[in-house]
Amino acid sequence: MTPRRKRLLAVVAIVAGVGVAAALAMFAFRDNLLYFYNPSQVLAGDAPPARTFRIGGMVTEGSVVRTPGTLEVRFVVTDFRRSVPVRYEGLLPDLFREGQGVIAHGRLNDAGEFVADEVLAKHDENYMPPEVAESLHQPTPARVSE
Amino acid sequence: MIPELGHFALVIALLLSMAQALFGLGGAARANFAWLAAARSAAVGQFVFVALAFGALAWAFVQRDFSVLYVATNSHSELPVFYRVAAVWGAHEGSLLLWSLCLAGWTLAVTAASGSLDAPFRGRVIGVLGLISIGFQLFMLATSNPFERLVPAAPEGLDLNPLLQDFALAVHPPILYLGYVGFSVAFAFACATLIEGRLDAAWARWTRPWTLAAWLFLTIGIALGSWWAYYELGWGGWWFWDPVENASFMPWLAGTALIHSLAVTEKRGLFKSWTLLLAVTAFSLSLLGTFLVRSGVLISVHAFATDPARGAFILAFLTFVIGGALLLYAWRAPRLKSSAAFEATSRESFLLVNNALLVAALSLILLGTLYPLFMDALELGKVTVGPPWFNLMFLVPMLPLLALLGIGMHAGWKRGFLGNARRALWVVAAASLAGAVLIGAAVYADLRPMTTLGFALALWVMLSALVIPLARLRARQALPAAVLGMAVAHFGVGLATFGITGVQSFKIEKDFALGIGDAASIGGYDFRLTALRDARGPNYAGVEADVVVSRNGEAVTVLRPQKRAYNSGGNPLTEAGIQVGPARDLFAALGDDLGQGRWSVRLQYKPLIRYIWLGAILIALGGGIAALDRRYRARLPARADEGAAAVAP
Repeated sequence: MTPRRKRLLAVVAIVAGVGVAAALAMFAFRDNLLYFYNPSQVLAGDAPPARTFRIGGMVTEGSVVRTPGTLEVRFVVTDFRRSVPVRYEGLLPDLFREGQGVIAHGRLNDAGEFVADEVLAKHDENYMPPEVAESLHQPTPARVSE
Repeated sequence: MIPELGHFALVIALLLSMAQALFGLGGAARANFAWLAAARSAAVGQFVFVALAFGALAWAFVQRDFSVLYVATNSHSELPVFYRVAAVWGAHEGSLLLWSLCLAGWTLAVTAASGSLDAPFRGRVIGVLGLISIGFQLFMLATSNPFERLVPAAPEGLDLNPLLQDFALAVHPPILYLGYVGFSVAFAFACATLIEGRLDAAWARWTRPWTLAAWLFLTIGIALGSWWAYYELGWGGWWFWDPVENASFMPWLAGTALIHSLAVTEKRGLFKSWTLLLAVTAFSLSLLGTFLVRSGVLISVHAFATDPARGAFILAFLTFVIGGALLLYAWRAPRLKSSAAFEATSRESFLLVNNALLVAALSLILLGTLYPLFMDALELGKVTVGPPWFNLMFLVPMLPLLALLGIGMHAGWKRGFLGNARRALWVVAAASLAGAVLIGAAVYADLRPMTTLGFALALWVMLSALVIPLARLRARQALPAAVLGMAVAHFGVGLATFGITGVQSFKIEKDFALGIGDAASIGGYDFRLTALRDARGPNYAGVEADVVVSRNGEAVTVLRPQKRAYNSGGNPLTEAGIQVGPARDLFAALGDDLGQGRWSVRLQYKPLIRYIWLGAILIALGGGIAALDRRYRARLPARADEGAAAVAP
């Protein structure tokens, strides 16, 4: 094989390899991309019914109800226009509080409740989760914490 | 007064950086030796003044000077002095100053240790480092001045984020930055080489210890971050594929590829332009990582728009540094021809595959990290790429990498004979497979294919790393530091793989509602909540629980998780109770008061998790040993020509 053909072959191999890798990576995205919706979008039917997604908003004041002595907790997430009830069983993060921003991961059940398997309050006291801040259209001072 | 002096010192440091860049690059271009000497003096002076600025900010923190805005937002009068100093780099402005200090420190070290290089090359290296310093100092002075005053002064500070009030996280940023910024040395060497248009074995030999040193710090920095996330965030995970983590992991992968490619360039004079490209890439990713984390882009692409000055500056600086270096590369790299043949089974081939796989892993992580930013910027919806995607995608290049590592280490240069190692490797391969099956069957009663494969690869890497040192020991041959370092680091890779396989396969995490006297059981251990009491620290108060752990009726330990509330107000903080063991960690985190005397408690059983960080420590240690090899300290002969490179040992 001439050096020229050898080089051509190498280039073809690299392009093919990168192409296959990129295709596989994008294909795998389909099952692993988590979309974010606010309560209005969820109630408008934007959120896929059978898939997990993330919902975000403020925890409505006075909405957090625990079943005493158990891990079960219910609260309402609002974007100040519409609200969605959320059900969760497990430890709540340190920063979870009424009147604060929250993101929950899970899916909708037939009763229109969001059943969360994970609740995140990924922010410090001074700032709200960005998706939440934006969906509420309230500019907040963002403080980046590592 | 002191903060103003700090501000002033920063301005002088900027002027000296400019002098360093101008006299360094200009002096080299015009062969003006007086200018080159001036560039070196400017580099020393720059370090002194950045250190003064840093000292001034630290002083303001120690003195609780709440008339400085940055101090008032990140400190508190009750904060212990250790954390008051650590708070210097607790947020954006101060961490930029720390970055600049690290850069000045590396510049000083290069200036002091580069006496044996020829003067114009040395000038260009110092000049390129000066250009980077200008960017950071200008950025600080124009948009993120840590010395800005607050009028009137705040009576009390807002406090350092309680999550950051922790030893590992206090030392994490400086070590991580030493790593990030350390790649600037390899970057500057690459740029200087591209400007001159020639590269020889001496160049690679000179770059290797610097790259190893930077990579060593980055390794420790990443491991500290992972360890901190494990015990402090309260979740018990050790890696989340969070963009902030990915930002530090990508330069590490590029740096790892660079270390290996430098070996080929030094020993065989091959892969020259590829090595230069990797040196540029590693530092570019460090810059990208710093800014991804610090600019607020990760929080939201639109956060960029809330502070247009910062955003625009960052984009311009990244474009200038990365774009400039790549242009220089495109222009000059074709001049650097590598012309030596090697067989498909030679060590060169194995290192080529190593680089391809590491770069593939790096590209996938880059894709997963930036994809949500693109989607957001294009208004295509808000998405996150979940950890399952990263886990899967990362495995694809890593499995062959680990499998080939054991062989590649023993392949000879050029021709690729395994020699005496061939028989040893067959034994190692058989032993690894048998060992993996034995561990799976006897210890965990579980032989899932991926778990067995993971254990087998871990044992394979660890055992094959021992082959060379053992053979040399038996033949009473000398063991050069570079070879020993390689063996130690590769053993560490195997050990970390061992830990990762164990914890990912057999971890148990469960939440319970426990009252006093209640027990829950996971992983064969019984956890009983026996007491709750008040806990008090210098600047916090809280609740502490006693969780008595027993196994088959025998007491194992008492875990004492805490829930703290800091006096400065704000949210509570969970301090996990962890018992460390060689076979597993036991982990308890205290949640909330659930009513009826019960508390929510998260219990975790984490088998083999310690070996992940122990492996990382060995990897860093191996890098350190290799960097101390005598070969790198020998005075260099006058620049060897191209021909000499091929026959160099």
